[in-house]
Amino acid sequence: MHEYSLDNGMRVIVKEDHRAPVVVSQVWYRIGSSYEHAGITGVSHVLEHMMFKGTDKHGPGEFSRIIAENGGRENAFTSRDYTAYFQQLEQSRLPVALELEADRMRNLLLPEEEFNKEVRVVMEERRLRTEDKPEALTFEQFNATAFLNSPYRNPVIGWMTDLESMNIQDLERWYRRWYAPNNAILVVAGDVDPDAVAKLAAQHFGPHQAEEVAPPKPRTEVEQKGLRRIRVQAPAEVPYLLLGYKVPVLLTAENDWEPYALEVLAGILDGGQSARLPRILVRDRQLVAEAGAGYDLYGRQQTLFLLDATPAEGVDIEEVEKALRGQIQRLRSEPVSAAELDRVKAQVVAGRVYEEDSIFYQAMKIGRLESIGLDWRVGEQYVERIQAITAEQLQAVARKYLVEERLTVARLDPLPMDAEARARARAAGMAGSPRH
Amino acid sequence: MRKICILLLGLCAVLPAQAMEPIQHWVTDNGARVYFVPAPELPMVDVRMVFDAGSARDEAHAGLARMTNALLDQGAGGMGADAIAERLEAVGARLDTGSRRDMAWVGLRSLSSESHLQPAVEVYRQVVAAPTFSERDFERERRRALVGLQQVQQQPGEVASRAFHAALYGEHPYATPSEGTVESVQALERDQLRAFHRRYYVARNAVIAIVGDLDRARAERLAASVSRELPAGEPAPALPAVEPLTAAGLQRIDHPSSQSHILMGQPGMRRGDDDYFALYVGNYVLGGGGLVSRISEEVREKRGLSYSAYSYFMPMAKRGPFVLGLQTRNEQADEALQVLRETLARFVAEGPTEAEMDAARKHITGGFPLRIDSNSEILEYIAMIGFYGLPLDYLQRFNDRVSAVTGADVRDAFQRRVQPERMVTVIVGEQPSE
Repeated sequence: MHEYSLDNGMRVIVKEDHRAPVVVSQVWYRIGSSYEHAGITGVSHVLEHMMFKGTDKHGPGEFSRIIAENGGRENAFTSRDYTAYFQQLEQSRLPVALELEADRMRNLLLPEEEFNKEVRVVMEERRLRTEDKPEALTFEQFNATAFLNSPYRNPVIGWMTDLESMNIQDLERWYRRWYAPNNAILVVAGDVDPDAVAKLAAQHFGPHQAEEVAPPKPRTEVEQKGLRRIRVQAPAEVPYLLLGYKVPVLLTAENDWEPYALEVLAGILDGGQSARLPRILVRDRQLVAEAGAGYDLYGRQQTLFLLDATPAEGVDIEEVEKALRGQIQRLRSEPVSAAELDRVKAQVVAGRVYEEDSIFYQAMKIGRLESIGLDWRVGEQYVERIQAITAEQLQAVARKYLVEERLTVARLDPLPMDAEARARARAAGMAGSPRH
Repeated sequence: MRKICILLLGLCAVLPAQAMEPIQHWVTDNGARVYFVPAPELPMVDVRMVFDAGSARDEAHAGLARMTNALLDQGAGGMGADAIAERLEAVGARLDTGSRRDMAWVGLRSLSSESHLQPAVEVYRQVVAAPTFSERDFERERRRALVGLQQVQQQPGEVASRAFHAALYGEHPYATPSEGTVESVQALERDQLRAFHRRYYVARNAVIAIVGDLDRARAERLAASVSRELPAGEPAPALPAVEPLTAAGLQRIDHPSSQSHILMGQPGMRRGDDDYFALYVGNYVLGGGGLVSRISEEVREKRGLSYSAYSYFMPMAKRGPFVLGLQTRNEQADEALQVLRETLARFVAEGPTEAEMDAARKHITGGFPLRIDSNSEILEYIAMIGFYGLPLDYLQRFNDRVSAVTGADVRDAFQRRVQPERMVTVIVGEQPSE
């Protein structure tokens, strides 16, 4: 790993991997939906779309055409805490990508007629990803219930009414405020010479002026004062259950081992087919068709330790909730066995080797950490930190965080799918089908 | 590493990184075809056994191939599902099972040291060759599959895909969905799974793909070891040819979604098809090139009608589908369909421009190294090459074949193979109320 800092404050991190003559280039901006305020949710993601709509040097869509003609693949993604743009190329084409990225970092045109079309594309994306997916819809409402004042309550893609009222000035302001070299990290991985990459980066990004980038307000989530519970009614065939406990991330934890213990707990529940949820709930007791657990220790703000489940045919969702919470109770009341803990660790150790197979993932790992203000070296310690976790520590975090006062529960209650039943339901004044 | 290379006479600066070693091929004693690429850089091994045992072999029992495959790791060689999972996961190994229309597979990813690989292979071998198919596991997996089928019904894209295949393939085995239907899965019997496994999970019906940190001798031992318990058996017979569509068809299916999902298409091409490269390069121009294709330009960039609008050929053992698709809010469905139809008709009539052909060839050949830049991608390719019997130098010759395609070739191939006036179209979304 090689690190450089340009005079304007932009960070450049290069990971060499000479297995194949390819390179991945990623520009990460410290901006995402958790920086947004009410009324403009989704603006970071719409801006990500607009980054392909041209500068004074390159017209709308030309960025994509140039990368394509160079044999490249490209895209971008927006998250709660970051927005990232990437290209994958044969290694000699890296300068093409850096030149184009440097251009759109400061010279975006944001034509209004392009925005008017693109925001409609984003609304279609929202319909595709959320509105027409009962489980995604349930998650969105669950998430907005779990968090009261944390910006994590808002969906990355934004609320539909915010998209409908968004205008080009919102985007211009957002672009000017956050797209600056000192708010960006360039990560390059692959068959490259790090010093040559640093020179290229200085050549293309170096001329940009640093800007004053004011950090966002803290908006720390208020303490939860008891169980929260919602029901989501939507046309669906199969019920769905979500549970989330408020837990710290690496940046907010009182003790820095706690997030690693929570990672291991997620593995005890759902790390492979020998983990507790598939073994006990799916196969042994046959209460669920699917069940999962998840946690991510890398974020700017307090997050959720998630459990979700699809009941088996004929099993009441109440019983599924009891069973999931029973598994949580067990983590609090008894230490996990040495064999279980060893299996989770063995999978983490092997997983560390497997992830090296993807150059893209290696760059992702660096960018995800650096974009939330963590040093990439923290990622290098991951396996070691997981290895050090004990059964006592697992029980301690379960007792401290996986408690009812921190819990939010959401259930999807399926409404009838067929047209006649929908019409009857509407006539009877029940919630109808989604319409916009 | 680079610095040391430069000290050593700058060899690394002259020799580019080697993307992939040539494919090595042999046949095991019991008749399984092995395809091997050494990749010594990372201490890991991928092995995948692919059987001609996809849902095209279901006959009257839709879902049989999928259910057989899903039961493999639920009990085998005297071990239950718990023991199988525990033994694999204790050494950090990952099992990967799945099936589609043409094929079913069982894959294993493991660290390459003997102390990791050996215990994983012991389990893997049993999973492939000696599944138990116990009554309890079968009934449970059937019930889980039925929940999965209900979930399919709540996804407009899945509903569209099932109706599309049924309309495209009529009586051909490709018509039925791999996951089956509620009725067909309810009717499955355990003995059918046993018989299916006995018939199709056999050495002469198998391809073994191996990529990883092994030399040839160790790879040969591995291939022999994973296939040791399999009887030689017989290869599956050839599937029937796909009949061309005789007429256009349009189906509208009501669904409580805010978007309509549109799929339009015809039977397309086979793996190893004579027109493969002309259709592949041509489709890049039409709807395969992400944001830069004609379909994306017309539907998304010019009109903002859809997040994702595309076309692709899915080459299979027999003619797989040629598909054009998009999703748009219900009120715009007819407008978007019209744009899709016109874009296709114009492309077939006129063919690509020289500039488009130039851009397509540059993209596909210039991006070739990205296709094989990881062990998983190399594994995908060699399993595909082995399964469909493509030449071993398929990848070496790929760029030459692409470079040789002209605009006239594309126009000619599309005119012979695609009839815009005879497409199957499926629209799934909330239908306008009467």
